[in-house]
Amino acid sequence: MNLTLFVWRQKGPAEKGRLEQFNAKDISPEMSFLEMLDTVNEGIIKDGKEPIAFDHDCREGICGMCSQVINGVPHGPQEKTTVCQLHMRNFKDGGSIYIEPWRARAFPVIKDLIVDRSALDRIIQAGGYISVHTGGVPDANAVLVSNDDADAAMDASECIGCGACVAACPNGSAMLFTASKVTHLAMLPQGQVEAARRVCVMTEAMTQEGFGNCSNHYECQAACPKGIRVQFIAKLNREFIRAQFKGARRESPQ
Amino acid sequence: MILDGKCPSGPLSEKWDKRCRELKLVSPANKRRYKIIVVGAGLAGASAAATLGELGYNVEAFCCQDSPRRGHSIAAQGGINAAKNYPNDGDSIFRLFHDTVKGGDFRSREANVYRLAMLSNNIIDQCVAQGVPFARDYAGYLDNRSFGGAQVSRTFYARGQTGQQLLLGAYGALSRQIKAGSVRLHPRTEMLDLVLIDGEAKGITVRDLVTGKIESYSADAVCLCTGGYANVFNLSTNAMGSNVTATYRAYKKGAFFANPCFTQIHPTCIPVSGDHQSKLTLMSESLRNDGRVWVPKMKGDKRPAHEVPEAERDYFLERRYPGYGNLAPRDIASRAVKEVCDEGFGAGSSGRGVYLDFADALKRVGKEKIKERYGNLFEMYEKITGEDAFKQPMRIYPAPHYAMGGLWVDYDLQSNIPGLFVLGEANFSDHGANRLGASALMQGLADGYFIIPYTIADYLARTTPGKAGTDNPEFKKSREDVETFTKKLLSVKGRKTVNEFHRELGRIMWDNVGMTRSEEGLKRALKLVPELRAEFLENVKVPGSGADLNQELEKAGRVADFLEFAELMARDALLRNESCGGHFRAEYQMPDGEAKRDDENFCYVAAWEFSGIDNAPELHKEPLKFENIELAARSYK
Repeated sequence: MNLTLFVWRQKGPAEKGRLEQFNAKDISPEMSFLEMLDTVNEGIIKDGKEPIAFDHDCREGICGMCSQVINGVPHGPQEKTTVCQLHMRNFKDGGSIYIEPWRARAFPVIKDLIVDRSALDRIIQAGGYISVHTGGVPDANAVLVSNDDADAAMDASECIGCGACVAACPNGSAMLFTASKVTHLAMLPQGQVEAARRVCVMTEAMTQEGFGNCSNHYECQAACPKGIRVQFIAKLNREFIRAQFKGARRESPQ
Repeated sequence: MILDGKCPSGPLSEKWDKRCRELKLVSPANKRRYKIIVVGAGLAGASAAATLGELGYNVEAFCCQDSPRRGHSIAAQGGINAAKNYPNDGDSIFRLFHDTVKGGDFRSREANVYRLAMLSNNIIDQCVAQGVPFARDYAGYLDNRSFGGAQVSRTFYARGQTGQQLLLGAYGALSRQIKAGSVRLHPRTEMLDLVLIDGEAKGITVRDLVTGKIESYSADAVCLCTGGYANVFNLSTNAMGSNVTATYRAYKKGAFFANPCFTQIHPTCIPVSGDHQSKLTLMSESLRNDGRVWVPKMKGDKRPAHEVPEAERDYFLERRYPGYGNLAPRDIASRAVKEVCDEGFGAGSSGRGVYLDFADALKRVGKEKIKERYGNLFEMYEKITGEDAFKQPMRIYPAPHYAMGGLWVDYDLQSNIPGLFVLGEANFSDHGANRLGASALMQGLADGYFIIPYTIADYLARTTPGKAGTDNPEFKKSREDVETFTKKLLSVKGRKTVNEFHRELGRIMWDNVGMTRSEEGLKRALKLVPELRAEFLENVKVPGSGADLNQELEKAGRVADFLEFAELMARDALLRNESCGGHFRAEYQMPDGEAKRDDENFCYVAAWEFSGIDNAPELHKEPLKFENIELAARSYK
């Protein structure tokens, strides 16, 4: 396969970026998208130029590191697939591919296709956990969890924290990301004690980090490589309202 | 030198309690005066940093990735072992200990493994309390499945993403401490040197991967939790960024490297599809619960799988190992797969693959049940190969996966350098010559949650906090060394890319230091690796500068270390004139092709001491004693 690539190049956060054209020659349809970029990069290096910088690590769709908008769609055209799992057989020989970084106010570009997603970490730091100390916990079977609840918690906690939901959202909202963690823990008996406080501090952190609000476009669900559903956003809203009735103490993240 | 693992005396089941009683404590008020560096944020690193922070120490945590949620523990699929015996099928702490020692082919330390088996139960309790959504049965109790090398069901799991869920639990605990201010996180930061003051580990030199700045961090103790080195083979199931740099550079500063030749080749991975391949993808061992491994009985049979009638299929694992069948341990299954392919029975166009067939299980329990158990694995397989494993069997082939070898540590997880602790896959301690499935997660978390908080206190209590600051000349020297090496890599301006060198190294290692090793092959590797290393330093092309984010420079540093480490690995494999676990020497095998161990001469840990890159490293031995399990030939038949 031969392809024309238009890749976002940006030297640093303060620099102006632009699309640069590359020719990807002799690409095998068996290659993954990132292996195609590896091949292009080898050529760029041999030409004595700086290769395209992009985030990637596990290359099996679980670490959440890879993050590219391909032809306008975060993680590219295939449903429920990260960039690293996307294979070139999904593209047409002779076609053009536009590759850009995640674009959102809360994700400043570091270089080329690499963005800073630490805002997502800070949402979790605000309260996306159960505050249990190491040791001194009851036997694992002491508290029963229904099969359905465990399944629902697992559905929500499959989120890999890649940020595609934010990149897909016209408002740059991190609602799906936050909702998945809120739901995961709210489905489990162990997570109940802090549930009201958790939903408040996490949504507060989300706003402070510069993420937008949710206005029900559902682009996040369409872009999510793990199939996290927008129903979890409804669950977050329900938890949030319930927390207001309970008069949860609102703590703003520092 | 004869090394001492400092295992406590007394009965096996009382050793850890005894050690805990002996260990010194640091009072709550004093804890905040101590600073601890934790490098790596996988299961071992995140659990250690979170727990130490929670106890009141000042923790500086480092990881290469952009977030501590991305360590490669996240990719572990199948599960985590524990001796809970919830299914009432005859499991016990002793049996888990026994299986692990036997699985490791009697090359691990009894006391360590027993402690691991004991702590396995605490881990499950802890993870459930953190909200890890383990699989449950319809009454709400925890569910179990079986894994290789065990005849009981002791593996806890969260679909095919157990590692992810456990890591997110540890990441949550870590995030809580970051918020509380007890842990300071340094993401996108790579450790490039260990700093010793008066022979003790007191800090590290790092490169900020965004700004390129070389910086020093001092502390009272250093914990390395930096994972394994399977990427020395270039193609492995490890993440692209997994590397040996932190542990290797500690080795160059005097830490002993133990059993580097013990590497695990995992039997069930998706076969290589071409030269462009950047990594190999694992298909969880749990699939062998329901999948049956077979090849056509006829050599070079190119018929599609469904056209090969039942009578013409060889279920070779069930045939050769009836006791364990498809759940034979990894080293044994891998070798059996390689053998049938070498003999020409392999499936697929390349002949480098065997079938993993779910047809029977689909008939027995139905598609819905299989989907529930392994849904994401089937999806993953389809994305990569374009084939639907519900309709045709998977094709699988072995791939490098895990490093049992690592930095030498004593019972307290302290290396021979005082103040340097090594946790998780980065150390050598618990898996001997072969790791059983679902035991890596167990070890990482046991080390981080339940061992290091006790043992590090004993070291700290004997030291004065804040002994050396980063203004110490040792730090300055270390920074200069790192800067010089970085400049050197950038100044070569040769013709070959870093990837080309890595691929070449991988080929040498896979061909000569891979699944089957021979004296001839190992000697060849010992000749080829130094040649390639010399070429690397003269002909590598690293573009860009050291003053900003430069991924080629990062890779170049890691490959430079692999090029040195590979030689150590081959040397260790050449010394070990026996076959055991993942280390199979063609010269040492039974008449039926099984591994022939030599307990008389090799029942020891080989710990290597660096003595200059042009000199042979010095060998130290730690003899292994088996007082509770009979040192017997391993049989899974």
